[in-house]
Amino acid sequence: MGLAKRIIPCLDVDNGRVVKGVQFVDIRDAGDPVEVARRYDEQGADEIIFLDITASSDNRDTTVHTVEAIAGEVFIPLTVGGGIRTIEDIRTMLNAGADKVSINTAAVFNPEFVREAAQKFGSQCIVVAIDAKKVSKPGEKDRWEIFTYGGRKPTGIDAVEWAIKMEEYGAGEFMLTSMDQDGVKNGYDLGVTKAISEAVVIPVIASGGAGNLDHLVDGIKKGKADAVLAASIFHFGEHTVPEAKQYMADRGIEMRL
Amino acid sequence: MQTVAVIDYGMGNLHSAAKALEHVAPEGMKVLITSDSKVIHNADRVVLPGVGAIRDCMAEIRRLGVDEMVKDVVKNKPLLGICVGMQVLLAHSEENSGVECMGLLPGNVRYFGRDLHEDGEHLKVPHMGWSRVAQSDHPLWNDIEDGSRFYFVHSYYAQCEDRSLVAGTCQYGVRLDAALTRDNLFAVQFHPEKSAACGLKLLGNFLRWNP
Repeated sequence: MGLAKRIIPCLDVDNGRVVKGVQFVDIRDAGDPVEVARRYDEQGADEIIFLDITASSDNRDTTVHTVEAIAGEVFIPLTVGGGIRTIEDIRTMLNAGADKVSINTAAVFNPEFVREAAQKFGSQCIVVAIDAKKVSKPGEKDRWEIFTYGGRKPTGIDAVEWAIKMEEYGAGEFMLTSMDQDGVKNGYDLGVTKAISEAVVIPVIASGGAGNLDHLVDGIKKGKADAVLAASIFHFGEHTVPEAKQYMADRGIEMRL
Repeated sequence: MQTVAVIDYGMGNLHSAAKALEHVAPEGMKVLITSDSKVIHNADRVVLPGVGAIRDCMAEIRRLGVDEMVKDVVKNKPLLGICVGMQVLLAHSEENSGVECMGLLPGNVRYFGRDLHEDGEHLKVPHMGWSRVAQSDHPLWNDIEDGSRFYFVHSYYAQCEDRSLVAGTCQYGVRLDAALTRDNLFAVQFHPEKSAACGLKLLGNFLRWNP
């Protein structure tokens, strides 16, 4: 009897609507975030991640209200990400009812921000989002690099070294997105997931690329992830959370059923 | 009117706890987030939440006199401690190179360490996610199946010296105390406010508990 592996549906929210695009283009509408979050809660999701993908300052209030509305109805952990750049941004989201915040670009430009945030609010609520892309050529030793701006800008930072550094700075968990795989539904990048999961002691959420239930199983079994994040396979009714959990449990993964 | 005071000492996310309590509160019961000793003194029941580093938590608890309020509260009404709000009730914590706590429960708070194993598997720290809790008989577990899963997130864990005060345990590399109780006091390491139906049930049971 151990710790259950987690299934985390992800809501990418643009201007108050859940959307899902393939590698950040071809956006499809998937509904009202409060309704979608409630549905996943009822289905037995283990957590919910809310990513504000507009993240422009004029939409901040909409995001705060939506987070408040979700937190008033959904009693499982809620992580909010997108545009978290200052201590004040974190405080605002925690006060709105988020349990954790996810920091991405701000950590890359200013790693000290992660240290400061963890000291102020505790590591348990600081998720560091890592967007990685494979940069090694076929035949070379595997190497992944951190990318920013939705996978467009390379940073020259080695993804595994970055994870080790962020853990030292006080990150409580990683959300690891493979930018090659995001939205294309070919499965997670298991190589980078396993490399990071084995290099650090904090939990890793595999993200980007889940297209079927075997991908979720592989993320845990081969990628050594502690949790799997998925969006499209749940949003458009291909699969439900209980169906996914049962499928994983049947393959020997401990789940909360 | 019945009131529940959620003690605000500036540490952590009170909103989650308050929102969950409001969700299960019987009609006419009011949930107040407060650090006002008068409000806390007059409340019918009290919740002590807490997240973050224990040294900062204890510093604020002492500065605001929350330790004295808590000692007063448990004499005559139910108190629920959550997460660090449980750990501060013990005598001492290893966190932040050692912190003296309130000592309402005998025992210590220890670090999992970075080298935690179970069944040959290396366990992640913090202990984050849904684990089973083995219950002992207590009204706060009413209508919650023994072994139900609750949401945990912590790197330090409580070990109570008086095993008769243990109301629930959890296995994560070590056997840790997931729930402790003494008279009017009930304290949990997990987050009932984030533990879906089972967590809400426990909070509802707390609001109806008359020890």
